Amino acid sequence: MPAVSMTVNGKAVTGDVEARTLLVQFLRENLRLTGTHVGCDTSQCGACVVHIDGIAAKSCTTLALQCEGAKITTIEGLAEPNGPLHPMQEAFRENHGLQCGFCTPGMIMAALDIVRRRGHDLDEHTIREQLDGNICRCTGYHNIVKAIAAGAKAMAKDGSRQAAE
Amino acid sequence: MSATGIGAAVRRKEDLRFVTGKGQYTDDVIRPGETRAVFVRSPHAHAKIKSIDISAAKTMPGVIAVLTGKELAGDKIGNLICGWMIHSKDGTPMKMAPHPALAAETVCHVGDPVVVVIAETQAQGRDAAEKVKIDYQVLPAIVDPAKAKSGPQIHDVAPKNTIYEWSLGDAKAVDAAFATAKHVTQLDIVNNRLVPNAIEPRVALAEYDAGTDQLTLWNTTQNPHVSRLVIAAFVGMAPEHKLRVIAPDVGGGFGSKIFIYPEEVVCLWAARKVGRPVKWTADRSESFVTDAHGRDHVTHAELALDVNGKMLAMRVRTIANLGAYMSTFSSSVPTYLYATLLSGQYDIPHIYCEVDAVYTNTVPVDAYRGAGRPEATFVVERLVEVAARQMGIDPADLRKRNFIKSFPHQTPVIMAYDAGDYNASLKKALDLADVKGFNKRKRESTRNGKLRGIGYSTYIEACGIAPSQAVGSLGCGVGLWESAEVRVNPTGSVEVLTGTHAHGQGHETTFAQLVSERLGIPFENVSIVHGDTDKVQFGMGTYGSRSGAVGMSAIVKALDKIEAKAKKVAAHMLEAAEGDIVFKDGKFTVAGTDKSAAWGDVSLNAYIAHKFAGQELEPGLKETSFYDPTNFTFPAGCHICEVEVDRDTGKAEIVNWTAVDDFGTVINPMIVEGQVHGGIAQGIGQALLENVVYDKDGQLVSGSLMDYSMPHAHDLPSFQVGLTETKSPSNPLGIKGCGEAGAIAAPAAVINAITDAIGTEELTMPATAQAVWTALKVAQPRQAA
Repeated sequence: MPAVSMTVNGKAVTGDVEARTLLVQFLRENLRLTGTHVGCDTSQCGACVVHIDGIAAKSCTTLALQCEGAKITTIEGLAEPNGPLHPMQEAFRENHGLQCGFCTPGMIMAALDIVRRRGHDLDEHTIREQLDGNICRCTGYHNIVKAIAAGAKAMAKDGSRQAAE
Repeated sequence: MSATGIGAAVRRKEDLRFVTGKGQYTDDVIRPGETRAVFVRSPHAHAKIKSIDISAAKTMPGVIAVLTGKELAGDKIGNLICGWMIHSKDGTPMKMAPHPALAAETVCHVGDPVVVVIAETQAQGRDAAEKVKIDYQVLPAIVDPAKAKSGPQIHDVAPKNTIYEWSLGDAKAVDAAFATAKHVTQLDIVNNRLVPNAIEPRVALAEYDAGTDQLTLWNTTQNPHVSRLVIAAFVGMAPEHKLRVIAPDVGGGFGSKIFIYPEEVVCLWAARKVGRPVKWTADRSESFVTDAHGRDHVTHAELALDVNGKMLAMRVRTIANLGAYMSTFSSSVPTYLYATLLSGQYDIPHIYCEVDAVYTNTVPVDAYRGAGRPEATFVVERLVEVAARQMGIDPADLRKRNFIKSFPHQTPVIMAYDAGDYNASLKKALDLADVKGFNKRKRESTRNGKLRGIGYSTYIEACGIAPSQAVGSLGCGVGLWESAEVRVNPTGSVEVLTGTHAHGQGHETTFAQLVSERLGIPFENVSIVHGDTDKVQFGMGTYGSRSGAVGMSAIVKALDKIEAKAKKVAAHMLEAAEGDIVFKDGKFTVAGTDKSAAWGDVSLNAYIAHKFAGQELEPGLKETSFYDPTNFTFPAGCHICEVEVDRDTGKAEIVNWTAVDDFGTVINPMIVEGQVHGGIAQGIGQALLENVVYDKDGQLVSGSLMDYSMPHAHDLPSFQVGLTETKSPSNPLGIKGCGEAGAIAAPAAVINAITDAIGTEELTMPATAQAVWTALKVAQPRQAA
């Protein structure tokens, strides 16, 4: 089996994978980073969104081998261990932007990418359109939209801390 | 109200682990030596299995075992069952067909499991599964419930594919009332089939310990104890005390994770056979052909009214599609969870409903958010709206004329409503939605070339499921009480063990709010434990908006006992009579004195037992309660939907949504609003987007998230949510429940709004742009004429 090396949440990692091993399998099964979830098999739900070299990507549609040398950030890498939550994580909690929590890691990672692309002052329409790649079955999105708007603003105040990427 | 007590919008305890990726869902559990199960499923809707050749699959790399239905039967693993007995009009019991966990002779729907491959990895399992050769003799299939009775017979036990022909109400009285009616409104309704699609797919992980002969199942279930009971007592997998079921964090359920499915049975069986843990994780495409679907009714409904718009009687005839096998509670959904709600919020003297449940070659159908009540509400609220239009009466006014105004109210369809104020929720909704300004907004839309419509849904539901005697008399195989155990530790912190289960509802927060308020201790000092049959003795799980009304009531009862025992301890400590001890704000005082003992001191003294003799008072502070409610609860409210329809494309956009709900006592308004939002989204999904499509051969055309239209953020508006409150007299907290309201209310509100906009009632869900455009094309020439 070929070996692959990448940096995940600031840490250098190496593993043997099959050519067909997906990034999400490498993260979940090899590295036991189970915060990244799999909710579908057709790239629709977005529960698997991580950042590859700072850009949101669906780890269920990315081969682990494609990520050779890449810098990956997962939900586990957003806040320092025992440190405060990332402002976007805090905004989801404060605004009840989650219920069962399964889509949440992908939502938060996608939200950060919306901020990267569209800035800190996000209106409702923009957030709803930009969330096209993520599905939530619990919240009806109302509070997710509120959380992302609030999180984006809080990041501006916080010096736009974008985790370890 | 304290900052963390009842009524406070406390932020959720569970969120820290979910926003940091530290949730522990079933697929996150990894056991040493774990293997993976991959199922080979039927590609045909209906076929005889002529032969199965597993020889090539067995030699594939990483394969540990390849198992078939023949071996399952050989090991005397029993069939899956439906736990609610329904009798037909003629007194005969429902026709429950055998449902083996692996099909051995016949497959009855696309996705029916036939063979399981156990392999070292999922990829190896998939490779081997492709080498399994099954020779099928394809049989004709039937998918349309309306034609099921004349279709090819699926099960020997059920002639004409009929499971039961059931009725409720007095047919003669209804006929007589119709004979006197001034106006009769008739509707043909299809309640579209839906896929629940919780974002976490189902997972089962089974482990066998040969040393203790103990089986453990980690499972995405809403009710671990019911799962254990059925798998032990009916499937016969293991004695109940040798089977532990653990439901860790569960990523949404909406009903679909209530049921006992073939895959968990097979994983348990296989784990014992191969002597290693066996895990199955569903692909989403697999979920589409294995998770129980929802709704799927074909209905003809009639409402009789007098000259003043007073409702006289209702007559409803429904064909309910239960799919290829009877799922765990499927029989109850189109009967006692449906016809019993046909009175809506209205004083209707006579109601008669007939329901024929049929088998088809489709995925089994069972409870999905609302379960029967959305279907009932859609019938009632469409009939009322259309009657108002036909009679030239304002739809809100027609509703008001018929509202039930005094309680308790006995409907002609079993239910006895205990409390409510339907005028209050309607009035508040009319104000919040600015219905007075609607005509102005409509003129504006017209100027912009758009059609604007408004639709109401004044719904009712029966929740807090349910009084055990009542459901027992209706055929339910279990009691629907709930249990709680309150354990006070020597340092005064508290664990509550509950038989309910949370999969997004936030029980770790709301249940702790109750304990914090009642005992006057910090919210942080309370932990809620659920989802493990080794920890919680028994419980009925979470569905039917029951966890607050029934589950929290059990906690209240246990807390009553805790307080009584703690007072005895305090009396010994304070050297006072037990009757003189007053407990308030976490402190025990002797009435009329300044002598007191803090909660923590009393807890400690209960355990060190230095101040009292064990003969007169048992040490310790732990109490259990089993609470059985006295009635269902009856949440009700009014949802108002306003739409704008593009004439050229047919696209209907929801521009305003107002929801005013009466849930009785609200523990945490933030969580309640979130539940309402989510329910509305699923209801709008049904009305505008979602639909299961089978082709005539029984192939599932809408079998992935690329083909089945789930609501996205840009499909939905923000929601305006308000509350009114009449407390439920049927439980100690006055809670009614909020989990299903949105899904129940929303579809009728949407369709009433769109049909108002386009001027025709001939519109079937989902009201896609194409469906609305087509309805407009049919309606416009007629309107012009």
